[in-house]
Amino acid sequence: MSPMKRQPLDKEDLLRMLYYLKLVRAFEERLSILHRQGKVLGGIFSGIGQEAIVVGTCYGLRREDYICPLHRDLGAFLVKGVEPKHLIAQIFGKRDGLSRGKDSYLHSGVPELGIFGSTSMLGSNLPVACGIAYGFKLRGHDHVVLGYFGEGAASMGDTHEAMNFAGIHKLPVLFLCENNLYAYSVPVEKQMAITDVADRAAAYGFPGTTCYGNDLLAVFHATRQAVERARRGEGPTLIEFKTYRWHGHSEHDKAFYRSEEELLEWKSRDPIPQFERYLKEKKILNEENLGEIVRRVEREIEAAVTFAEENPYPEPESALEDIYA
Amino acid sequence: MREITYLEAIREAMLEEMERDESVFVLGEDVGAYGGAFQATKGIYEKFGEARVLDTPIAESCIVGVAIGAALVGYRPIAEMQFADFISCGFDQIVNQAATLRYRTGGRVDVPLVIRAPSGGGVHGGLYHSQNPEAWFIHRPGLKVVAPATPYDAKGLLKASIRDNNPVIYFEHKGLYRRAKGPVPDEDYTVPIGKAEMKREGTDLTLVTYSAMLFPCLAAAETMDKEGVEVDVIDLRSLAPLDWEAVFQSVRKTSKLLIVHEDNRTCGIGAEIAARVAEEAFDDLDGPVMRVTYPDTHHPFSPPLEEFCLPNEQKIVGALRRLASY
Repeated sequence: MSPMKRQPLDKEDLLRMLYYLKLVRAFEERLSILHRQGKVLGGIFSGIGQEAIVVGTCYGLRREDYICPLHRDLGAFLVKGVEPKHLIAQIFGKRDGLSRGKDSYLHSGVPELGIFGSTSMLGSNLPVACGIAYGFKLRGHDHVVLGYFGEGAASMGDTHEAMNFAGIHKLPVLFLCENNLYAYSVPVEKQMAITDVADRAAAYGFPGTTCYGNDLLAVFHATRQAVERARRGEGPTLIEFKTYRWHGHSEHDKAFYRSEEELLEWKSRDPIPQFERYLKEKKILNEENLGEIVRRVEREIEAAVTFAEENPYPEPESALEDIYA
Repeated sequence: MREITYLEAIREAMLEEMERDESVFVLGEDVGAYGGAFQATKGIYEKFGEARVLDTPIAESCIVGVAIGAALVGYRPIAEMQFADFISCGFDQIVNQAATLRYRTGGRVDVPLVIRAPSGGGVHGGLYHSQNPEAWFIHRPGLKVVAPATPYDAKGLLKASIRDNNPVIYFEHKGLYRRAKGPVPDEDYTVPIGKAEMKREGTDLTLVTYSAMLFPCLAAAETMDKEGVEVDVIDLRSLAPLDWEAVFQSVRKTSKLLIVHEDNRTCGIGAEIAARVAEEAFDDLDGPVMRVTYPDTHHPFSPPLEEFCLPNEQKIVGALRRLASY
């Protein structure tokens, strides 16, 4: 991972961010194909369309900063430093996956990289994020914690308990809401009476802001501002990213609850070509270095899939291990 | 040796462990300047200050979640549920978050966390201040559950729980806080988790129990002794892991087993003990495995109703006599 650079982002940073966008997109697309091929069991929760959020929020964080992502934030694991091969092995349930076969998808954490993998109980990651932040604060460290949640998870009690607690103690937590307008099939109007989740921050005593989630640099700068605020000891921020997922809630979900027009409209706002255009205008990106990134991503994904396919399953009896320290 | 109360023993354990290890801190409702609803944390705030003892909002799920998060970054939190009954508000964080972290990270992450929960009835508490919820947590892999009866065990087990790298739910019986008084040494010691103690020795019957029920059990054993029946009284002290060897050793000796607990009958730990003994020590048994427990009902407030429900010395003696007659 690239060392944290002070603003402004330089050419190296920008190309690296594009690499991550391409990597996350390619990884997720490959997963979708593997799922259709019947090579992946269990739930796959595609974040295709939302890549600018995982890349923009995670880019440039310290290793010690903690992220607490949810099921749709696979890209966050990659940006924070997990190798693609271990992530695919995890999804296959293989021995060298993050959980060593014990849990699926993103439920495992990687403490060495500052990643806390949550349970399936949405919002339950947020009180834990507060606890990590509280620990940092007690020790006088200026590390930060990024707690992710969807507009659906925003309805859970834990989300409110966590924000309340963070506000009281001015904890270095960022509450990052990915509002993609649907919690499975439930549209946002049935999830809340308000329009902007960000408005809730005022109720807990800290600033909340909305941000267009498909603009990578907007996401990065909004996050960076909140991170610096937190590091200075000024407390939490709630950033609500407005975005959209292209696939269903899971790969099984055909998502008939939304219109074709709506999907196409959001697809036209794909964060990746938007960023590519920006980089080309700035003369940072050209056919040559774009090609290098694309080929690198292809190689890495291919190698990761091969690794995972060849990786053995853990021993069946290992189901009884790792319960107690 | 000096004698202190169960409450003082718990308080001492926390003070000493906080002195010994600066990563230990306390959090919960009213635990700070107030010293805790039962005064269990009295003195901690004065000695260690706000950084080591945190007064939380009324939010059990958050209390447990925050404790888990702090444990992930090097702390050893002691989270207090003001009454064990309120543990249900933090249930998801305990059974799905804390209990599974080591497992779902393939053994990479530990959660050195203690949740102290004042449990038990006989204090006119009614439905929400009298519960014994241990069975729910004994049932869940990844959690340790302990329930001391004496001041000596209370102090030693709390120290062991704080030093343990697993999430431990420490059920302290609120009825014992001031009623139980006993010898506690000055020097540092621990009581190992997972080890029962024979509190009275006999050869005719085995009586397995824990927490506040130890005292009516000992009284009942005294009565039986006068009738010429000697009872092994085993205080489990730990419910998960449970000291099966201690149970089986005694059953092999006496051939008759009675389990007494204040928890409800159905699926209380007595059911598990009975099942396992029937499975693994059938040939050693000369009578049915019996249980004296709270009935399958709630904790009524009105005194005659609660008294009707609580196990007591007479009910235990009755069961011991029936068992002895087999």
